Amino acid sequence: MTQQGVRWTADQVLALAPDAPSRKAGSKLGVAGPWSEAGSSGEGTVWGLCKGSGSKPYQTVVDITCAGEAAGPAYKCSCPSRKFPCKHALGLLLVWAGQDGTVPEGEPPAWAEEWLATRRKRTAEKRSSPPSSTPADPEAAHRRAEKRAERITAGVTELEQRLSDLLRGGTAAAEQTGYGLWEETAARMVDAQAPGLAARVRELGAIPSSGHGWPVRLLEECALLHLLDQGWLHREELPDELAATVRSRVGLPAQPQGPPLRDHWLVLAQYDTADSKLTTRRIWMYGTESGRTALLLSYGAAGRAPSLALPVGLALDAALSWYPGGIRLRADLGEQFTAPAPTPLRPPGVRVSEATAHYGEALRKDPWLESHPVTLADVTPTQSTDGWQLTDPEEDLALPLSPSAASRPGLWRLVALSGGAPLTVFGECGHRGFTPLAAWPKDAEGTIPLC
Amino acid sequence: MPALTPWEELVTTALLGTDRRALSTPGKEAPLTLLDQAAAQTVRRRAGLRPAPAAAPPQPAADDPRPPLPPAARQRLATLLTDQPGSGGSGRRGAAPDLMELLPQWLSLANARGYGAPPELLPALLNAARGRTDLRPQALTFAGPRALWLARLNPDWKFALRSTPGGGMALPDPTDTAQVQQLWEEGLFAERVALLTTLREHDAQAARALLSTTWQTERAEDRLMFLDTLRTGLCEADEPFLEEALTDRSRNVRATAAELLSALPASALAARMAARAASCVAVDHVASTPTLTVEAPHECDAAMERDGVVAKPPTGRGERSWWLGQLVDSAPLNSWQGRLGNRTPTEIVALPVADDWRGELHAAWCRAAVRQRDAAWSRALLGTPASPDAAGPGAVSLAERAKLLASLPPRERADWVAGFIAAHGLSEAFQLLGVCAVPWAEPLGRAVVDALNIARDAGSYPWSFSGVMGLAERCLDPAEAVRLEALTAVPDESENASPGAGGYWSEAFQRLVTTLRLRAAITTELTP
Repeated sequence: MTQQGVRWTADQVLALAPDAPSRKAGSKLGVAGPWSEAGSSGEGTVWGLCKGSGSKPYQTVVDITCAGEAAGPAYKCSCPSRKFPCKHALGLLLVWAGQDGTVPEGEPPAWAEEWLATRRKRTAEKRSSPPSSTPADPEAAHRRAEKRAERITAGVTELEQRLSDLLRGGTAAAEQTGYGLWEETAARMVDAQAPGLAARVRELGAIPSSGHGWPVRLLEECALLHLLDQGWLHREELPDELAATVRSRVGLPAQPQGPPLRDHWLVLAQYDTADSKLTTRRIWMYGTESGRTALLLSYGAAGRAPSLALPVGLALDAALSWYPGGIRLRADLGEQFTAPAPTPLRPPGVRVSEATAHYGEALRKDPWLESHPVTLADVTPTQSTDGWQLTDPEEDLALPLSPSAASRPGLWRLVALSGGAPLTVFGECGHRGFTPLAAWPKDAEGTIPLC
Repeated sequence: MPALTPWEELVTTALLGTDRRALSTPGKEAPLTLLDQAAAQTVRRRAGLRPAPAAAPPQPAADDPRPPLPPAARQRLATLLTDQPGSGGSGRRGAAPDLMELLPQWLSLANARGYGAPPELLPALLNAARGRTDLRPQALTFAGPRALWLARLNPDWKFALRSTPGGGMALPDPTDTAQVQQLWEEGLFAERVALLTTLREHDAQAARALLSTTWQTERAEDRLMFLDTLRTGLCEADEPFLEEALTDRSRNVRATAAELLSALPASALAARMAARAASCVAVDHVASTPTLTVEAPHECDAAMERDGVVAKPPTGRGERSWWLGQLVDSAPLNSWQGRLGNRTPTEIVALPVADDWRGELHAAWCRAAVRQRDAAWSRALLGTPASPDAAGPGAVSLAERAKLLASLPPRERADWVAGFIAAHGLSEAFQLLGVCAVPWAEPLGRAVVDALNIARDAGSYPWSFSGVMGLAERCLDPAEAVRLEALTAVPDESENASPGAGGYWSEAFQRLVTTLRLRAAITTELTP
């Protein structure tokens, strides 16, 4: 599948790097010099020996197909680095992407073949015995779930009390009480095993110091938190899908359901957000045949990169299965049938007014939704008196960019790509504004990532 | 006062608290009623979001007619730009190449081949140029019109508008006389300088003619800037105009005119200076060996001042030697051969000079050789690279040697510096290497590598030579990579070596080889 001419770009390779220093170190090794005996197989594996400071060169193998593994590319390197992928794996992929003939097609040497064979065997075993979805002891599992639901209900009840107290005394006082009160409440929600509530409560605590307009934002967030509390308390009366949404918003784990959908999935965007404990990676995918959009989530413990990495602009033939809920955006990557490869395809866009309408409709199924993925056709980044916006010349309407998007370097890449002319932009459209994540200029090929 | 909307009512109530402000519709428990209503309003408000009215879109950027980069070159540029300075932690450079250092070379190659920049990389390119002024001219040429368009939108990139003549505005076609005339008469100062510079490159005569039309009415500091544009394509036809400027009201304008005239050996000013200088220097045949005698001028008369001689010396210099220096460096060098007994420049330079005037005289000849770009005199003044005083603080300093070298043909320049390095080692060679053509000619490259090898065997650390190493990474011919391969092995530690030096040298040579490979790849990628 990975024949000459459809290799990855340097950007796509560097997108796999766990952090900025790795990107830098990797790009320095992305030249022929330190590499020897490098090669690649037609099936999507790359290997090579990299000269380090020691006498023995490091052995590096990368498998970019990872058929059936659902974990993006897999790496193996004899270096002592704990970074994953290490700089050698990144450098090797860069050399491979460079297409200067340093990485010819060939048969893997014994040391690479050994690892590849083990991997293939493990994958085959996994496929022949898929993990059963029913737990070993359904009775015990049921008791555990009941117990957890009770604790959440207790937490929810306490949270309702806190919100009541706040509004009885008035939110004006919230400016003085500071962060401590909310930190404590968030900790109580963690104890109640409701991490979704805990996260919302923590954000609530930051609002009073968030500048102009905070009373409106605080009331909005208190009201939505109250709505979620009530949703949990009345979950038995809700339609199935809304009840599933409430459960997942509260923070109960779920499993993907229903038959997987096989399609050619174009990777639209990949970006990380991090707090002190966890790095969350979001990957947006677009099914070029089904027209569906999917969100893959992957997590990494503090300071470590999430394991799943898919380079933006590539497409892969894979099966996805969705989590239950009203919107059905979140999915898991199931079996992959090909390695990610470049594609000229791009998602079709909508007009600006349709984008806000889509968000409005999505709120009906999930009132807690911050934003909704959308591709805008023919919009021009424009500076207005209130900041940047994407204008739709056809409708004479515009979507303002969200404040966070307007302060990111991706904004200038978008403006530069446009040069004052309309282009296609994918992003998240919500009540805070539009956050551009990828763009396709009129007469150029390929997806340009903006995040 | 307009009535509050239901939502505004809710926000006010929330701020004050339900204890202080009753809800209009009393329900179960006041705070919960408030939250119920607020939840409904919040979802309604969000679901009912409408797009904003469109602001006036920006003027589209000017078209860039240049062809786009080949894909491999585009990727390489992205990689080079990823390597921002300060993003790595350790001070030691290790075996990996310094990608940022290759950016200037990449840019000059891309510009030579006439490629246009990929728009999505413009922000990174502008940020790189912002941090490094030396990179700006090349980076802005490559970045093209869209970068200037961007710079008008982002104050961080204002430098791009300043660094580009006319702030990136479109200048009329130099052949469009009417347009040129109009901009010359109505344009702002920066636009007029840009116009004159462009016109001078295109048609030197026309530029001078245009300048003459308004010369008398220009302000003194403007006249100085305009006169400066004549440096481009200076020729004998400029002499009458410059001769006229020698009587200018402004002293700076007079001095610049005199300097320009002295760079024209056939000019009348050059002849006048030659006559004055000649009367100061003579060969004394009475001495046992022919010797140069110097009689510095006793006064600086009005005629001399009119020809640009500055009468007042800087502090610490004698008047007479100061005047002599100015006469000799403005006199055409070809006038000396006739004056000093038909000797060649080499023979003249070899003559002993009486009464400690040698330094003064040779320094003035050096300045003249540099200004007149005279290869024969430069060669004579440089002497042989192996001579013992070539490395020391002799009559001609290293800085002057570097300037003299620039007058020699590239190959000769490289051979001279190669000879210098072979005789004196690397420690003094840095300045001289800087004026050699890139990539270094083979003998020069070999001399540098041999010298590095000797330094390694002597047991010192490579960072004592980091300057030359860095230059070698950028200037050695990539074809040398093969020959250097042998030096990347870690040598056995010798007795007098500094601890661990061998490993560091191996690392430094590894980096050199890798960088050369990278440069070879860059050239291939940018070749259509």
